[in-house]
Amino acid sequence: MKRLPVLVALIWVCSVFYVGIFLFVGGFLLVRLEVNRTSTCADVLSPGAQVKGDFCLSEPRFRRAVVLIIDALKADFTRYDPENTAPKPFENKLPVLDEMASSHPSQARLYTFRADPPTTTMQRIKGFTTGSLPTFIDVGNNFASNAILEDNLVHQLGQVGKRVVFMGDDTWVSLFPKKFHKSLPFPSFNVKDLHTVDNGILQNIYPTMEGDDWDVLIAHFLGVDHCGHRFGPDHPAMAEKLSQMDGVIRSVIKRLKNDTLLVVMGDHGMTDTGDHGGESQKETDAALFLYSSSPLFSAPGSQVEPEVVPQTDLVPTLALLLGVPIPYSSVGQVLLPLFPQNGSRGAPTGLSQAEALWINVKQVNRFLETYSNMAKDIPPDSLSQLRADFSNISSQYLAAVHKGHLPSHDLVVSMQNYLTGVRETCRASWARFNPFKMAAGLLILGVSCMLCYVISELSHLVIQEGLLKLPILSGLVVGLVVAAGQLFTQGYLELSWCLGAASLSSEVLFLWRTRGVSPRGRWSASGLLTPALLVLFLRCASLLSDSYVIYEGHVVTFLLFTLSVYIPLRLNWDGLLVPLPPPDTQKPPRLLPTTLPSSVVRREATILLVWLGVMVGSLYLSLSLHNCREEQGTCQPSPFLSPLSRVQDSQLRNLHYVLSVVSLAMWGYLLHRWLRHYGNLNCSSVTVFSACFLLPLACVCMGLHWAVSATPEDTFRTLSELIGLAQVFLPRATFCLLGLGLLLLWVDPMTVFLKSRTPLNSRGTSLPPPKYRASTGISPQAELHHLIPQLYQRIRHSLEDGVTESGEADSRPAVEAYGLGTVYSAPLILLCGLLGLVLLLLHPEGMALAFLLLLLEAAAVLHIHACSTTLSSLHKHSNGFSVPWAPVVSWSLAAAQFFHATGHLPTFPSIQWGAAFVGFPQGHTGTVLPASLVTLNTFSSHIIFAVGCPLLLFWPLVCEVRGTRSTRSAGAEESEDAVMEMRLRENPQKFSSGLLQLAARYLFVNGAQVFASVCAAAILRRHLMVWKVFAPKLMFEASGFIVGSMFVILGVAMVMRVDMSVGGLFKKLLPQNSRQSSLITSGPAKAAPAQVEVSHHIGSDAACGSFPDNPEVMTEN
Amino acid sequence: MWDVEIRGMASAHAIIASSIFMATVMPAVLLENFSVYGTHMVWLYCVAGSVAVVNTAVFWLLGISPPTKKNTLSYKINRLSRSCLYFLLSCLFFHTVVVMYGAPLLESALETFSLAVLLSTLTTLRCLCILGPNVQAWIRVFSRDGAMSVWDTSLQITTGCSVIGAWLGAFPIPLDWDRPWQVWPISCTLGATTGFLTGLVAAPVWIHWHRKQLTYKLK
Repeated sequence: MKRLPVLVALIWVCSVFYVGIFLFVGGFLLVRLEVNRTSTCADVLSPGAQVKGDFCLSEPRFRRAVVLIIDALKADFTRYDPENTAPKPFENKLPVLDEMASSHPSQARLYTFRADPPTTTMQRIKGFTTGSLPTFIDVGNNFASNAILEDNLVHQLGQVGKRVVFMGDDTWVSLFPKKFHKSLPFPSFNVKDLHTVDNGILQNIYPTMEGDDWDVLIAHFLGVDHCGHRFGPDHPAMAEKLSQMDGVIRSVIKRLKNDTLLVVMGDHGMTDTGDHGGESQKETDAALFLYSSSPLFSAPGSQVEPEVVPQTDLVPTLALLLGVPIPYSSVGQVLLPLFPQNGSRGAPTGLSQAEALWINVKQVNRFLETYSNMAKDIPPDSLSQLRADFSNISSQYLAAVHKGHLPSHDLVVSMQNYLTGVRETCRASWARFNPFKMAAGLLILGVSCMLCYVISELSHLVIQEGLLKLPILSGLVVGLVVAAGQLFTQGYLELSWCLGAASLSSEVLFLWRTRGVSPRGRWSASGLLTPALLVLFLRCASLLSDSYVIYEGHVVTFLLFTLSVYIPLRLNWDGLLVPLPPPDTQKPPRLLPTTLPSSVVRREATILLVWLGVMVGSLYLSLSLHNCREEQGTCQPSPFLSPLSRVQDSQLRNLHYVLSVVSLAMWGYLLHRWLRHYGNLNCSSVTVFSACFLLPLACVCMGLHWAVSATPEDTFRTLSELIGLAQVFLPRATFCLLGLGLLLLWVDPMTVFLKSRTPLNSRGTSLPPPKYRASTGISPQAELHHLIPQLYQRIRHSLEDGVTESGEADSRPAVEAYGLGTVYSAPLILLCGLLGLVLLLLHPEGMALAFLLLLLEAAAVLHIHACSTTLSSLHKHSNGFSVPWAPVVSWSLAAAQFFHATGHLPTFPSIQWGAAFVGFPQGHTGTVLPASLVTLNTFSSHIIFAVGCPLLLFWPLVCEVRGTRSTRSAGAEESEDAVMEMRLRENPQKFSSGLLQLAARYLFVNGAQVFASVCAAAILRRHLMVWKVFAPKLMFEASGFIVGSMFVILGVAMVMRVDMSVGGLFKKLLPQNSRQSSLITSGPAKAAPAQVEVSHHIGSDAACGSFPDNPEVMTEN
Repeated sequence: MWDVEIRGMASAHAIIASSIFMATVMPAVLLENFSVYGTHMVWLYCVAGSVAVVNTAVFWLLGISPPTKKNTLSYKINRLSRSCLYFLLSCLFFHTVVVMYGAPLLESALETFSLAVLLSTLTTLRCLCILGPNVQAWIRVFSRDGAMSVWDTSLQITTGCSVIGAWLGAFPIPLDWDRPWQVWPISCTLGATTGFLTGLVAAPVWIHWHRKQLTYKLK
């Protein structure tokens, strides 16, 4: 077979897709421009008005501040309801806040503190130190946090000489390197660790406070957030954690001095499952508590209290209270209740409301002017409106000050409105797009889809003729020319345009070249209007509606169900599902089409319907394993999704555990049974070793790991060290075992057992050698056990052969190869099985059930495909090994469906971060390993289905019915042994073209979905739901495609690796049996000597039917 | 010969279609508070009942049903009871299929079953009328060369249209338009009924259009 053209074509197609995705995403998700200017005390905000700077005029209200950040301190946690007699674990656990606010209304106040999405910790820290609005693209930086370059509060505090002491979450240190007077960071990445950060802070905070080496103390507690991630808010651990925080706040208040301000705040909230990152109110609403021993607020009721405080507002407020300049790019608004309403000027109480607002307005105006000079993305009309507002306010304020009046209340309101207006304008325009890049990306992706379709239709030409060479070379040349042109004219290189030009030119050239080659008939509408492609079209169209994306799991299941029900209906329509009635005697017998024997039809139809039942059942069951989006109102996430350690009821936990282990054992057993059934476990190669020993051992390790991680922390105190050790080593051992298995599989993928036979002297009387197991160490009982089937077979042979008995015996080959019929699919199945276990390990335990269903469903798709191929084998004159669209679309839909059925959703909060800690409970040092583990976890179903994609090509051959194919070839006088996958070796050209076609079709189906979601993002870029639904969907779809396509190439490469080994095997065999070969090839019906040389046996004669059980049972856990 | 049969079919279909309209209009006149969305179950069973009655009557009067071998009373009762059984089984079958398609299993089970009843009325009942309680014949009819008369072809068309209509009716359910007809199972029943009506119209037209190509084997 031709390996290089296939691989080159696939890699080329994939890279063209990648370029399209890269271009589009580059234009769609842009980072907000950062203004790298800083405010200083000497800044003059309105020219001419004052000589001195504006910011540091008066004496600051507070000399010191303590900022306690309690990560994920949701607004609900801080409410205190004395009448609630049965509080949930997260209710009424922070009574100190309410106590203080009600007993000292002039000293303390509690607000709801609303964060801007994305509600991830790093974005939030950025938000409440710079006062700006971080953008969507920053989400990805959460685990590689970079230093903040924009002006921020910590920088300003340092500028005026305040000593900032920091302790807690180490994200801060990477965000503000070398900015702190003293810092005590603690590792934050390990979500399972509830106490390290908090205890570290508690050991240091009181001594620091009592000492005098600080002006501003920032402490960031992570316990509540980690508790939410690990157990969810509704868990006793949360109550414990919140009570601890209550104690902390009380002790801090006790130690406060009069000149110190206390700020207690949450950076974001959490959902009911303890996650965050999105923009639902549960995630954005945190709490803000302000306290000082000296009077801080004016009497309650004297002014309008804000209901909700936006998070950006903390920055100017703190800055003015502490007497530092407001950071340059802050768009926040001072919190008015903290400033006296009509403060007498120059009084030690500091700025009055109007003065504070005036400074704030001038600062925001300055930022707006700077920003609009740098970037043109703020719409001009709203910009001019804001400018007019500002000059209006400015003249009014200055007039009032000149006259010596106090600024009127209306002016205060209009200043507030101005600030709110700026904030809203910025928020609206900081989702900017680059339409050229988006259009280019869209174009390239669209052409790539066309390209995939053309390649799949013309795969036989693509591998034969050098159709690819010129397009690829020209693409490279064009890319280089564009790069050189850019360097000459602009002086710098823009990589995206070079890549875009290169891929577009190569695509167009390829399509141009195939234009003449492609036969006209193929492009008719009827070719594209098959129901399978219609289903694909519906799937793509569904990506353009937010409702369908929200209910994607159900939509995909619906479509997959439709497609699988369609197949038997279609077969029945063609009259192939039921055996034909006895032939019409009136017709001349010559005109009768050759049909399958009715027994075969009946059996295949039954198999088809049984597997359809399996398919429907697993589809239905998998619906109950879905996770829920926040938009789905009444939906309940599947109970199997939460890790066992979170399940409170011990009986339920045991039940779940047993279910998971049974599913795991079934997964291993089914794989083993399949391999044994087709005789692939007879030889003594390393692959068999990995199937027989590594696989079960890994399963056992995994079961133990689940057991260990499910034990509640406090049950075995004495064994805690051992448990900790086991949590590290069991998963790592599993990883190693499975990795070793994968490696061995690659090194030697052959699963064929060869047995030399002595020539038959006394033909007819001697029994054929044992067909099922010929490996060493088989017991005599086992041999006896097979005696009956052998006798039966022998009888059947003699009956069947009847006439050709004499010729048959002569052509008995000299070498018997067991498992040759499934030589291609066996390693691939083993690869899928091993990979599946790796991926399962990264999931919560309950997902073992989902993986079992996945296996069943994949088998169902394969069998339905195989049966329908067999049934329609006479009807359609298929050329070569062409896989029709329907199974390919089903395969891809099944991948999308199990993405949902393994608890994933195309939203960022639903990413299962826990996968990064499997085997690494202490966290990681780098970011590559955790990122790849999380990626593997997220796209596991894409990966399994992508690797298994070539099975669609093999399965009809694996399940082929003896005699169906041979009747087609004229003068069929083949041996009665099924040829199965050796057909592929008979026809290497068709094999490689079939493989290329299959892979191209699979890529087309997936690429069309990417294209559709890209279209959705481009068309609906101003839609209300774009950041909530379409953009995350695009990111997930694109990443899924990238990961999936890589694994498609891996699967194809695996097939080629096997093909190389098979080639080597035949080379080795041929010279050994040259004598026999010459004898056999004299026969007229024998096509290729290599195939006749070796007869291959499968476990039983009936390919997909029953077979006698082997006494040797797999070691189960 | 052809034109007569096609004309007969067209008029039979017109009667059936008008019965659906009557089933919608009459209760609105007679009953208070009747509306297709509000009292959907009443409408559904009105339509199902009238279609069942009219279908049976029309096919009995036209004498389409296959000639019975024996004319004894017990044989007829046997046939009738078998027909009822098949109808019930078909309701259960449709119910299962609809649940598998994603309908809620426990809540609104009655609504789901009503949809199954309607679908059975629109599809299985016609099969029973035209082909009798003979599953083999049903399977045979739904293949390309299976139709043996214009009635078989019309059966193919109306059944396919009804099922596809119900299938299409599921599409708007997830949309967030908050319309009264998006409530389960209204859109599906409406879809099935619309599909059935389309089939009733399309069948004579299609047969008329393709009358040159259609050749039926003699029974």
